[in-house]
Amino acid sequence: MTLLAVTDLSVRYGKNIALQNMNLSLSAGEIVTIVGPNGSGKTTLFKAIIGSTPLSSGKVKLKPNIKIGYVPQQLNIDATLPITVERFFKLAQKIDNNSYEKALEIMGSKDLLNSQMSTLSGGELQRVLLSRALIDEPDLLLLDEATRGLDQPGAAAFYRKIESIRNDTGCAILMISHDLHVVMGASDRVICLNGHICCQGAPDSVASSPEYKALFGSDVDGTFALYKHNHDHSHHSENKPL
Amino acid sequence: MLDDFMIRASLGGIGVALAAAPLGCFIVWRRMAYFGEATAHAALLGIALSLTFEFSVFLGAILVALIMASLVTLYEGRSLFLDTLLGVAGHSAIAAGLVIVSFISGIRIDLMAYLIGDILAVSRLDLILIWAGAGIILSLIIWRWSALLLVTLNEDLAAANGFNPKKESFILTVSLAIVVAVGIKVVGVLLIIAMLIIPAASARTISSTPEAMGIVASLIGVSSAILGLNAAYIFDTPTGPSIVCIASTFFLISILIRAFFNSRNNF
Repeated sequence: MTLLAVTDLSVRYGKNIALQNMNLSLSAGEIVTIVGPNGSGKTTLFKAIIGSTPLSSGKVKLKPNIKIGYVPQQLNIDATLPITVERFFKLAQKIDNNSYEKALEIMGSKDLLNSQMSTLSGGELQRVLLSRALIDEPDLLLLDEATRGLDQPGAAAFYRKIESIRNDTGCAILMISHDLHVVMGASDRVICLNGHICCQGAPDSVASSPEYKALFGSDVDGTFALYKHNHDHSHHSENKPL
Repeated sequence: MLDDFMIRASLGGIGVALAAAPLGCFIVWRRMAYFGEATAHAALLGIALSLTFEFSVFLGAILVALIMASLVTLYEGRSLFLDTLLGVAGHSAIAAGLVIVSFISGIRIDLMAYLIGDILAVSRLDLILIWAGAGIILSLIIWRWSALLLVTLNEDLAAANGFNPKKESFILTVSLAIVVAVGIKVVGVLLIIAMLIIPAASARTISSTPEAMGIVASLIGVSSAILGLNAAYIFDTPTGPSIVCIASTFFLISILIRAFFNSRNNF
């Protein structure tokens, strides 16, 4: 079942083109990862999906009555705002006891419930944000660099959790990530974005595509090699203009 | 009963405190203090225009404050120089207001009354305006409370939950313009931001939920209004500044309470 269909989407901020002719469709149970350099339109795509930025052209079609769980990069919690994790969970959404318990399991420790949000560590905050997104049993989970601030083992554990959530609930997951090597293993499909879709497909085919190398080549060669293979050759297209 | 000027003054002060304190919490949480100040300064330009063209001061203040606040809300997020722009716009407005007023010949206008308030001159009409404004703000904030909190924490999170962040933020913008306009008679344009921020800041120490903070801030605001008014009466000091001094005293006490509990927790 198709949950999300993006057709010929373009978003402009003034004269700047953030996204151009983007096409994307997402079915239940799929995990799709979006990679791309800074300013490549990843977050803009998310904003277009949740309807918080006007579309310049094209369409974003969501399944009727779709429930979206959104995991933002961070919160703007000023130290002057007193709010416990539990209050944050119950903020502006209704709580079903069954799914609430499940969401709390994701969080790991119920002790956090009475903690003030502004005192959470980076890892705790990520777990809290993910748990909140799961409370309403979403059909589609959007993760915007959800592992920011986690170390590599932490990020790897996080993605295993994402995979098990998909297996348990059958929800579709669309995520933005910078942890290229870690994230690829957990994805069904990878989309390489740079204002437009540069390339997409199964993780392995994207990782070895010239477009991907051109975008990330110099940055990730070292780390990527640790996980996949050693490059003893160069790609001719490495310096190809985009 | 409303003939007694002290009773009218008290009711006016309580009304403004009730309107300002819960809104002030959002101003503090969203780090909008400077935005609030620029809006209040803009109100002085509105006052000057209304005096020049002889229409209601309340109307002039609320219109210009609303225009200023709306422009800034529209511009928010599009510029890295928002702080600077707010400073430029707010202070330009206050300067233009003062210059315009100096052109008005005839009766000499007592600007101090608009800058620091003249609560003892609160009329029945003023009371109606103040309480109507307070009623509108309190209803809006209570009605949209959860949505406003979520938008404060993260706009995209609120959008994903089906709220319109721009619309919710606009509620705060309108409320701010109303508070500034109704607060002119009571504490004046220079000190109205104090009535927003100081009670909220004082309430933070002893509140563990956003709701508690809103209620405690309101109590502190109301107490400051009543105590400040009486202090001004007894010591013959200007009322607006006296009310703000009492609020500042509450803030100092809250800091001392926090210091006391922090030192106890360390043992």
